[in-house]
Amino acid sequence: MSVQTTDYVASEIRSPASFFASRLFIYGALILWAFICLFPIYWTVTTSFKTAVDVTQGHLIPFVDFQPDWKGWRSLGLSPDSIFQTSTVREEFLKRFMNSVITSVGASSLAIVIGSLAAYGLTRYRYEFAWFRNEDISFFFLSQLILPPVVLALPFLVLYREVGLLDTRVGLILLYTLMVLPIVIWIMRDQFNSIPVELEEAALVDGLSIWGAFLRIVVPIALPGMVAAFILAMVLCWNEYFFAALLTSTDAKTIPVMVASQTGSQGINWWSMAALATAAIAPLAVVGIALERYLIMGMTAGAVK
Amino acid sequence: MAAATLGLLATIVIELFYKADADTWRPAIYAYVLWGMAIGAGQVLTRGEEGQRALFLLPALLFTIAMVIFPTLFGFYIALTDWNLSSFTGRKFNGLENFWQMLGDPYYRNALFNMVLYVLAVLVEYVIAFGLALLLNAQIRARKFFRVVFLMPLMLSPVAVSWMIGKSLMEYRFGPAATLARHLGWENPAFFSDPIIARISIMILDAWTFIPFMMIMLLAGLQAMSREVLEAARVDGANAWQTFWQVTFPLMLPVSVTAVILRIIFKLKLADIIITVTSGGPGGATDSVSSFIYREYRDRSNVGYGTMLAMAYLVIIVIFVTWLLKFANRFVRNVN
Repeated sequence: MSVQTTDYVASEIRSPASFFASRLFIYGALILWAFICLFPIYWTVTTSFKTAVDVTQGHLIPFVDFQPDWKGWRSLGLSPDSIFQTSTVREEFLKRFMNSVITSVGASSLAIVIGSLAAYGLTRYRYEFAWFRNEDISFFFLSQLILPPVVLALPFLVLYREVGLLDTRVGLILLYTLMVLPIVIWIMRDQFNSIPVELEEAALVDGLSIWGAFLRIVVPIALPGMVAAFILAMVLCWNEYFFAALLTSTDAKTIPVMVASQTGSQGINWWSMAALATAAIAPLAVVGIALERYLIMGMTAGAVK
Repeated sequence: MAAATLGLLATIVIELFYKADADTWRPAIYAYVLWGMAIGAGQVLTRGEEGQRALFLLPALLFTIAMVIFPTLFGFYIALTDWNLSSFTGRKFNGLENFWQMLGDPYYRNALFNMVLYVLAVLVEYVIAFGLALLLNAQIRARKFFRVVFLMPLMLSPVAVSWMIGKSLMEYRFGPAATLARHLGWENPAFFSDPIIARISIMILDAWTFIPFMMIMLLAGLQAMSREVLEAARVDGANAWQTFWQVTFPLMLPVSVTAVILRIIFKLKLADIIITVTSGGPGGATDSVSSFIYREYRDRSNVGYGTMLAMAYLVIIVIFVTWLLKFANRFVRNVN
């Protein structure tokens, strides 16, 4: 998304005093909201280095207010002095982490493949299945967005028990694919619509089959859109809690379920909770900073016509 | 193709009769996948290029049908049974009993009422998101920095956020938010024990995570707006306030409506935060429908009744969203 520099002619006409007042207001509001966004993250990260006293006395600034300590990270087995010792908590955490990675990458990939194909078909060809036309099929896919997880969760719980997919990664991947498919189709339809048909027509004249034209001409052009859809799908799958909480118990448990189960246990063991929360949000925070462009591209696809 | 269909049917029939032998229904899944492949191959062989085109759509279509239609139908069946996973009697058909029970369930009604409140909160979120989008669209330095920072809450897992804000920042004894509230003169800053304050706290938590979503869409709309219109308004002597209400806001209406509707659709799924922060408390006051049904299953293993509640919810929101889309369409057309 391109960002034009706004050229406010009017600001030059106005008096300097009101100009500064408006600047002050704009930056004040920006900084205030930035603080609201960042403080919980700052708080969590610093709390993971606090001891009990620092928590109860509400110390906020490391090295000034309190002396950082690896306590929280040690309880996860991830501090420098405990990283080489065996730690059951760390093993558990890494296992959950891998589950999260595998399910979200797997589901996003699957959704991108079948979603892109469907979106491409829907933008380029006319379909008729009985009385269903393209618009109906698109609507059918997009309408899945409305379906709340709770409607599917209980039937799936029973069905997965019958087919032996309960508490497996495959089971979660299938459900997550279903969850992100409408969004992927939405984004990719927008993406394919922006590619001129003449390109493929030229490729077909040159002797490529329709699948050849799709794979060799269209996919490379649509790649940024695919990346955007993939990242957005990743974020959704990584953070998904509802299905994971109901359908996994030991083997396929993901990070959010682990975080939630720790949250429930009482006591003010804040430092280890904070360390766990930090570890859970860190990957996506990095993704958010590094790939922000694609995220915005994915979220705004089709919104602005 | 016909042979494959027969194969699928045969597998299902065999499974039905010999359920005792096979411990799982998994062969039915394999048969479905094979059947899908056979249909794909059949399309290509019998219909040539037409068939190749159908091949683009088939995987997603077959997948969605298998994953949605069947479970939903199955769900409607479960909803009519008295099925508790923890009891040994198994399922038995009890007709509309769950339905009558649902009508008399004050907690479910309360959860539905809460959903109305939570959905209404979207309007406040919209105002804040619009304000932030305007700020980001103003002529500012470090725009990229602020955009990344403002987007950050959306990336974080709601469950982690529940702990970060709900369970620690807003914690009664040591949380900074509670301390701040005490300094500001609120003697007893218990964010989650009074029913009304607890609802507002949940709304704030959810808003914190999802405001960036609307903000980004509105920002995109603002940037797509043509400069000339705004310039023209200024040349005509409109001040900033008039320009906003007479030019920016009407032009932004379609984007706004899309953003709000998408946000409402996401809001209708609200569950994670409530489950982890309050588990519905105090006394079910903060329950959303999803979190209520979640507990109905988790605590009482009541699959039959829970499914009935879920199905009723599905019907309600399908009607609501259909109405919302119609209403929004008419609204946008009337104003423009």
